[in-house]
Amino acid sequence: MAEVKITGLHKRYGAFHAVKGIDLHIPDGEFTVLVGPSGCGKSTLLRTIAGLEEASGGTIEIGGQVVNDHRPRDRDVAMVFQDYALYPHMTVANNIGFGLKARKMPRAEVEKRVTEAARMLGITQLLDRLPRQLSGGQRQRVAIGRAIVRNPRVFLFDEPLSNLDAQLRDEMRGEIKRLHQEIATTIIYVTHDQIEAMTLADRIVLMRDGVIEQQGAPLDLFERPATTFVAGFLGSPKMSFLPGKFLRDGSAAAISLGDVLMPLPPARASIAAADGQLILLGLRPEHLSRAEGPAPVPGHIRQEAVVDLIQPTGSRSYATLRLAGAPAMAELQAHDVSRPGERLAIDINMNRASIFDAQTQRAL
Amino acid sequence: MPSRPKSFSRRWRLAPILRFAYLAFFLLFVLVPIYWMFNTSIKPSDDYLAIPPVWFPDAPTLVHYEAALFAYRGLEGLINSLIISLSATVLSALLGTLMAYSLARYNTGGQHLSFWVLSQRFLPPVGIVLPLFLIYRNLGIHDTRFGLILAYTMFTLPVSVWMMFAYFRQMPKSMEEAALVDGWTRWQAFWRVAVPLAAPGIVAAAVFAFIACWTEFFFALVLTSRNAFTLPTVFRAFIGFQGAQYGEAAALAIVSLGPSIVLGVLAQKHLVRGLTLGAVRG
Repeated sequence: MAEVKITGLHKRYGAFHAVKGIDLHIPDGEFTVLVGPSGCGKSTLLRTIAGLEEASGGTIEIGGQVVNDHRPRDRDVAMVFQDYALYPHMTVANNIGFGLKARKMPRAEVEKRVTEAARMLGITQLLDRLPRQLSGGQRQRVAIGRAIVRNPRVFLFDEPLSNLDAQLRDEMRGEIKRLHQEIATTIIYVTHDQIEAMTLADRIVLMRDGVIEQQGAPLDLFERPATTFVAGFLGSPKMSFLPGKFLRDGSAAAISLGDVLMPLPPARASIAAADGQLILLGLRPEHLSRAEGPAPVPGHIRQEAVVDLIQPTGSRSYATLRLAGAPAMAELQAHDVSRPGERLAIDINMNRASIFDAQTQRAL
Repeated sequence: MPSRPKSFSRRWRLAPILRFAYLAFFLLFVLVPIYWMFNTSIKPSDDYLAIPPVWFPDAPTLVHYEAALFAYRGLEGLINSLIISLSATVLSALLGTLMAYSLARYNTGGQHLSFWVLSQRFLPPVGIVLPLFLIYRNLGIHDTRFGLILAYTMFTLPVSVWMMFAYFRQMPKSMEEAALVDGWTRWQAFWRVAVPLAAPGIVAAAVFAFIACWTEFFFALVLTSRNAFTLPTVFRAFIGFQGAQYGEAAALAIVSLGPSIVLGVLAQKHLVRGLTLGAVRG
């Protein structure tokens, strides 16, 4: 077990600058998820930590020791690959024990540890099989077994669930989280799937174009996104952005969307925006609900909208609305909405709304 | 029950017959010459060109084998050929695998070196045979097995490298990377993971190299004379100005088929690709 500290890390492939000066401190035992769209440098960062790529600049410390010049085998990390990377010519037992043999562990000890890991993952009956005789989920378990049997200082997961079907993915996600609760080893986990990131992480590191866009606890990022990019990346269906103008009059503040004026609750009126500044109002689907009662709850404002498109999911229905001329997604009760073209009174929760500078795309 | 259209039912019965005829034709096309060669090797000299042809000799004989192997020194040629071909094959497969791995995984020499290796084959062999002869004579390795092993390794290497290069390139890197992270060195990851997975490619390259060496005539003719001569060069002796020794030629040809057949049977299992299936998502 160990903390991981990355300072000013760069990785270049010729003219391509994949990782542009990353600073990251991962405390011992933390489950950190690197997330971002493809090409954001998250996998490269992980591979550089593993030692499979050489850093072009900066340092990587594992357990207080700079490992830039260490070979992968000397870093004492274990990695689970996206394609599992099982050795096809070895049985499951040999696949799991291969890393222990590299460390010249006595045969009996190897056997004991392999059996133990197989028991933990429920693959004891597969030990004599070859990888090609296994299903995708079983291969995934073997790959994880190969990592935990080593008892490394840090686990690295490179999109381990992306080749599984949706149901198996949910199941394995839960198992990985339980695994972390049991062994409490530092985990760095790469994914492009924001749901995986939200559900697994102690901390999310959201990357974009080789830099960290924002990092923090999952709910922090979700509720207080620093940029429109973070806001749009986390959450599904994603946040709607409505272009408007910030208006200030003394201590009161409001947002105007076209000819609709939306007063801000006092708690939100103090944001650092000037009168007349162009902004983007960020609304998550769950911030819009069907109007109930004679007047909206404090902090909410009531607004009429036209339904454009309805996507029922069973318990909830997602409706794309025209709100002050711009499209916005609302999460409504299944029977709140029946047909496109319908006019609905909508209550908007302004306490939770995000406000971004239209120019810099940063939160205000 | 409605009756089937006539054309349909006829075609239905015709298909297997056509397939059988087609396969039978090719089987005969391949096997008849070999049978005729064997037949010639065991029939008395008078029957070679008899009309009508003698398909089954009344009194089979082994005299042609005896003459070809001993009087014409076919056995020495066979032993030389085996030693030289096998050595060159092993060297070519070994060096080829190492070179190809380096090219595929480290991009050694940029994009040009790999092509340069292949380009060695563009040169017509006749262009270098005389210089090679002179160099070999000066170095004192003319008419030695070592000399021919060296030459054959050189000629088969480009194709071995190129075949293995293509093989390594399509092999996912992640298994070797897993071995590296698992605690093995580069060299160990190569031997314990990459080479076993590349076995079908290595065997295929080795078979090609062996066949090329086994059947090579031109360089063997120029670079050897009385000592290191190989099997193909022995055949020269069977055609003289007084006529051809059909029986001896056929006997030696049958003998020379042996190693190729043995190799083919041994390699067949490995030539089937698919060992990498199941390694990654499936």
